[in-house]
Amino acid sequence: MSGVEGYIYPNEVTLYWSVLIVLYPFITGLVAGAFILASLERVFRVEAVKPTYRLALLTALAFLLDAPLPLQLHLGHPERSPEMYFTPHSTSAMAMFGYVYLWYLMAVLVFEIWLDYRRDIVLMSQQSKGVMRLIYKVMTLGSSNISERALHIDDKVGWIVTLVGIPSAFLLHGYVGFIFGSIKANPWWSSPLMPVVFIFSAMVSGIAAVMLLYMATTKLRGQKIDMRCVDTIAMYMFYIFIIDFSLEMLDLVHRIYEADESFRSLNFMVHTRLYIPHIVIQICLGTIAPLILLFLTQIVKLPEVVRKRIYATAGCLALVGVFAMRWNVVIGGQLFSKSFLGYTTYKMELVTREGLLAAAGLTILPLLFLWALVKLLPPWPDKSLHEAATGD
Amino acid sequence: MSGLKDAGHLFRFAGLFVLAFLVFLVVRSYVVPKTFGQYGHYRGASIGEIASRPIKFAGHQTCETCHTDISDIKTKGAHAHVNCEACHGALAAHADDPTTVTPVKPDTAVLCAQCHAASAAKPKDFPQVDPADHAGGVPCETCHNPHSPVVGSDSGASAGSDSSASAGAGSSAKTAKGGAK
Repeated sequence: MSGVEGYIYPNEVTLYWSVLIVLYPFITGLVAGAFILASLERVFRVEAVKPTYRLALLTALAFLLDAPLPLQLHLGHPERSPEMYFTPHSTSAMAMFGYVYLWYLMAVLVFEIWLDYRRDIVLMSQQSKGVMRLIYKVMTLGSSNISERALHIDDKVGWIVTLVGIPSAFLLHGYVGFIFGSIKANPWWSSPLMPVVFIFSAMVSGIAAVMLLYMATTKLRGQKIDMRCVDTIAMYMFYIFIIDFSLEMLDLVHRIYEADESFRSLNFMVHTRLYIPHIVIQICLGTIAPLILLFLTQIVKLPEVVRKRIYATAGCLALVGVFAMRWNVVIGGQLFSKSFLGYTTYKMELVTREGLLAAAGLTILPLLFLWALVKLLPPWPDKSLHEAATGD
Repeated sequence: MSGLKDAGHLFRFAGLFVLAFLVFLVVRSYVVPKTFGQYGHYRGASIGEIASRPIKFAGHQTCETCHTDISDIKTKGAHAHVNCEACHGALAAHADDPTTVTPVKPDTAVLCAQCHAASAAKPKDFPQVDPADHAGGVPCETCHNPHSPVVGSDSGASAGSDSSASAGAGSSAKTAKGGAK
């Protein structure tokens, strides 16, 4: 049989979880990571990353709106998805995801963005015209109170929401790792470290994405990149990356030392079918290379332009590495037979419901969402808005 | 009081949540069937609806009341635990009206391979062959009696094939496979 090697059970020949299921944890990871970066400024008072605070929140929202779409496309019956809200199944981790998602979307992200932007929304509802004025009016919920006291209350409540948001972000992405880690029939997935590894790699990817978006949007607007900001983001990315890499290596060493009945099969798979995506792309190109680059920026005083290029390269490589990690988990876990005697092949389709084009579309879509959100709620300070408001 | 006034917009946002929750409850009351959760995480009324559907399988006991000759051969052979309708298909209609409803005899060249075609996933002691090499398209019943398939067993090859012509409809591959195991 084409693409099949050794002994494999008939139901293992075709992979049921396609590239769309790879995309899903990658996108939720970006959400969680972007939110953690936003919380650095809000909760941990890291003032240097302030220029990215609003952009990070909008990025998280844009990607969160996109997150369920790969699952919808994979399952194929979007009209059935409200069922998990109407008839909740408390013992199914997958079924409870709907509530985790809704909580994170509405009670955390939308609420925090609304609180943070409320002053701007009220001002824009007074200064804009036409349809935009109506949209901003609706977004004020009928309250134009932007007194100092009201804004102080917003700030305090926003801080609490962010504080609640951190464990929520961990829950949202930890859940994805939990789903894989709790499948005890699959030794490639079954590991209690899986949720932790997912969270830390999510933080790396989210921080890298916001850093790249900040650099790109600042350049597009013809503004100067705040180097203190990107230096600080890169520093945090480097530290979190080290923890992420250590955890992944700990998992690997543990598997090698434990060497259970699946080890020979998995070891063979890593050295053959998964060699390029796992060893070359995920570990060498997507982890060690950006770590070395970021390490250089921490120990050598490099000129600004070099640092920018290094951060951009390291950010892109980190994103590639984290995507490869999701790929290796999802696809790798389906390539070997549970008999440990055979292997199959994943052949990605091109123009099908779960093909490459659909996946590429769903990767670009959050950037369109972000564009719309940035148009609606500009994340950078608008001096003219506030000057007009104060009558200067 | 001024504190409450300055926090008024928060109550508006909370009100939006409460409103959304109330809408959710109203929609839920309409879309979730009344009997959902009556016995478990499913629609209770579905049990009655399924039970009221016409019965399609007669069960091997029903077959054996008429086809005693086949039953005698089958109980001594390797297929003793394979139910009649696993190969012959659902035949309640035939049992109800044997003269009008006459089932089609299964094509053994196709049917047998559904269980006995060689596959690495099957237990080693399960009889399996490459149908093309083994028979070259010749129907299995030429050499094997489907009701007692071991060649040289008491029933002998093709001894039961004539009788089996009186029964049989479409094949039920999955059931046959399960039965054979």
